[in-house]
Amino acid sequence: MAPENNAKPEPGLKMVPVTKPKGWVVLVLRLLALAATASATIVMGLNKETKTFVVATVGTTPIKATFSAKFQHTPAFVFFVIANGLVSFHNVVMIAVNLFGKKLDYKGLRLAMIAIFDLLNTVLVSAGVNGAVYMAELGKYGNSHARWNKICDRFKTFCDHGGGAIIASFIGLALMIVISIISIVKLAKSKSNTPLLGEP
Amino acid sequence: MTMTKRIITNLLRLIALGATVAAIVVMVTSHQSAEVFNLTFTAKFSNEPVFKYFVVAEAIACGYTLVVLILSSRSLLWRLIVILDAVMTAVLTSSISAALAIARVGKKGNSHAGWLPICGQVPKFCDHVTGALVCGFVAAIVYALLLVFSLYSALGPVFGVKP
Repeated sequence: MAPENNAKPEPGLKMVPVTKPKGWVVLVLRLLALAATASATIVMGLNKETKTFVVATVGTTPIKATFSAKFQHTPAFVFFVIANGLVSFHNVVMIAVNLFGKKLDYKGLRLAMIAIFDLLNTVLVSAGVNGAVYMAELGKYGNSHARWNKICDRFKTFCDHGGGAIIASFIGLALMIVISIISIVKLAKSKSNTPLLGEP
Repeated sequence: MTMTKRIITNLLRLIALGATVAAIVVMVTSHQSAEVFNLTFTAKFSNEPVFKYFVVAEAIACGYTLVVLILSSRSLLWRLIVILDAVMTAVLTSSISAALAIARVGKKGNSHAGWLPICGQVPKFCDHVTGALVCGFVAAIVYALLLVFSLYSALGPVFGVKP
């Protein structure tokens, strides 16, 4: 009995096993990223403005012409819409897998695939938003050297909507970077038998 | 890391270094003057903010590649290098994406916005910029390959793949 008494832990101390993180942080971040990229897609996708301008005056009758600004006129904005749409779809799939498919696995590579897809989509949204932001800058300030006039003074709503979509996409990009970091950390922690502090 | 992995990684980094240096040099030396109705107008890369961003982004990637090539014997920072490889891939893709968008406007114009293409007046400048963009594209692709290879060789066991 005496050796067992020595081996028993004190009543105040309990050995608590280390619980795995609940994963709600990533879920909230993914919801925010989904909101950001989906709103960027929708706002830019519905971005259209039509205006009539007086082009010339013949005698006393002004000649009016209707001009429209649509996002499809610029390939950079088309790519922006497509890239943000794809990233929104990725976030939807990841949220669904997180909530409903906790047992889905492919040869034990579940966390690895999540990390890789997060990285890929971060690069995708980065390319999309950077391509669009310089077209927006060109539309806002023009380029006097190339004789390209700015269009934002005439199509103010188009420019405002486009600017809002780009800001939302930048927020989505920042969130995707954080999500990628968390996914990689989760992946590295899960392989606890791999030496993390050693040589590769 | 084994010898072959080190050779392949260093080779890819050398190619990326060459591509970024070429992109920077070709973009910076692109300028042409054209005379239109007795007015000279000069096309320089610095007139366009996108091309300045392109040069800066390629310079950052070039500097990083140089530092990693010089420090490649010490592999204690291998995790940081993999992370920075991913960051550099994103930077390079963003710079080439932005520059391509504006270059397309310069080449084909945008009839809806009333922007005329300028390649007709300054063809040499256009060719120079095209060359720089091709080098930038090659650098982005090589960096993507490098990232995949770095992940495979450095973090192979973590991904469940035998390196």
